Amino acid sequence: MIALVDCNNFYVSCERVFAPRLEGLPVGVLSNNDGCVVARSQELKALGVAMGAPMHLLPPAIRRHAVLLSSNYALYGDMSRRVNAILAEFSPDVEVYSIDESFVSFVGFDASTLEARGQRLREMVCRDTGLPVCVGLAPTRVLAKVANRAAKTIAAYAGVCRLDADDPATRALLQRLPVAALWGVARRTSERLALMGIDTAWQLREADSKLIRRTFSVVLERIVWELRGHSAIVLEDMSEPRQRIMVSRSFGRLTGERHELEAAVRQHAARAGEKLRRQRHLARAVMVMVRTNPFVAGEAQYRNSVVVPLVRPSDDSRELLAVARRGLSAIFRDGYRYQKCGVMLLDLVDAQHRQLTLYDAAQSEAENDRSQRLMAAVDRLNREMGRDTVRFCLPRDNSAWALRCERRSSRYTTRWDELMKVKTR
Amino acid sequence: MSLIPLDPAIRALGRAVVAYPSVTQPLMGCRVRAGFPSPADDHLDVEIDLHAHVVRRPASTYFVRAEGDSMLGDGIHHGDLLVVDRSLEPLPGRVIVVAVDGEPTVKRLECRQERTCLVASNPRFAPIPLEGRECQVWGVVTHVVHELPGIAS
Repeated sequence: MIALVDCNNFYVSCERVFAPRLEGLPVGVLSNNDGCVVARSQELKALGVAMGAPMHLLPPAIRRHAVLLSSNYALYGDMSRRVNAILAEFSPDVEVYSIDESFVSFVGFDASTLEARGQRLREMVCRDTGLPVCVGLAPTRVLAKVANRAAKTIAAYAGVCRLDADDPATRALLQRLPVAALWGVARRTSERLALMGIDTAWQLREADSKLIRRTFSVVLERIVWELRGHSAIVLEDMSEPRQRIMVSRSFGRLTGERHELEAAVRQHAARAGEKLRRQRHLARAVMVMVRTNPFVAGEAQYRNSVVVPLVRPSDDSRELLAVARRGLSAIFRDGYRYQKCGVMLLDLVDAQHRQLTLYDAAQSEAENDRSQRLMAAVDRLNREMGRDTVRFCLPRDNSAWALRCERRSSRYTTRWDELMKVKTR
Repeated sequence: MSLIPLDPAIRALGRAVVAYPSVTQPLMGCRVRAGFPSPADDHLDVEIDLHAHVVRRPASTYFVRAEGDSMLGDGIHHGDLLVVDRSLEPLPGRVIVVAVDGEPTVKRLECRQERTCLVASNPRFAPIPLEGRECQVWGVVTHVVHELPGIAS
């Protein structure tokens, strides 16, 4: 069995932990510099504010009424790290899927204890971090994702939902679930599925898997198997292009060498940059992760991650590499043998959006144009002449630019001079 | 109790301690050194780590800054650094951080006439009964870091 643990409204929940007065108010978190809504509390969703809405286009009444904050990536990154540290107490096998989502493997655990474990995990995360999380338990990742959604939306589950593959409850849930709502099924795919008479997740589960592979892809065939309760998905198959891009890999052997980690992070960041440009998106922040191998007994264990914001949404590999390197140097510790490192691009936005940001970015149109042409040339060379024909070595120093985040809350957990203040009165 | 599939190099050694009475923990394999301990181990000292001493549970420990003088009796001065562990239970007698009407506040928790109250150590402030109030316990204060005069540069 595997659990998907997902923090509810993660960015907003982090803000509320350190500013309890925000409880019950409509709260939105804005991207830095471009001022689009990247996270919403339930109350803000109820006011009809859409994900990605530019702040300056919000109705004045909402702007007055709602609390709109700049994103505080230092805080979100630290809280995410704490949550994963707690998850690691429940199972040695924790896979970070996104800043607010992780898979926790319970393979080999006594199946009858899993709901209790899920409840305990939920209480412990809430107690130690103040963050509400939901837990979806199932034999496969795709079903765990469905279970997590049910845990979040159906009150009776009390935050923990378990779905077994051949259970009537699972069947009922899948029969009500539109196929487009399934993890890894793109809208275009769901439209083509509809033409074959497949509208619900259950119908997809019952479809001929060979036919699905021939008509669509191996990945969709794997989803069919996962719906039937057979693990088939590799996490790398399932990046959600709209939200984030993850590139991570295990080292062939454990390594404690800083330069090897630096090289790996550089390569992952470059690869992530290629993917980002291919899907015509810009990233707003970069998360860097490292960990040792938890399955090697007697080995000193360490896992850490950090989120570094970009000064403006960008798809320039040089900028991505620069912040990824800064992130790695903040979390690298000597004396450990690392097994894995990863780079995740967060809070993606459409590349057309770049135009809106020009007026305030300290970058001229000519520079921007040059960056785009350079990246296009690099991508073409690597495509036509083979991977890594052109590599990035020396990221350009971008320290001269200032991040605009005047509405940012304090970095409560990472800066001495920004700690939460408690009144003694 | 179930076993997780173990690396053949790792042997299960016995019953694991059950940390939570309601939930059984799977047995994790780990190596345990057998034989007599070396007498040299007594002299194998490493640097004293104040952070590890104060921060018992890193995932649940936060630092906050005290404002105001009404907790002087508990050794908390204006501007002091407080170490707060969210994983500890707010028991009577403990100094806690609590959100009172949405504002983070530090107070001592006490039972008075069978009612739980938030108490300041300054008698000028009356105890606040918890009943019927929007109160959310945030964490338990474990240590105070107070800088003595003449140190700040």
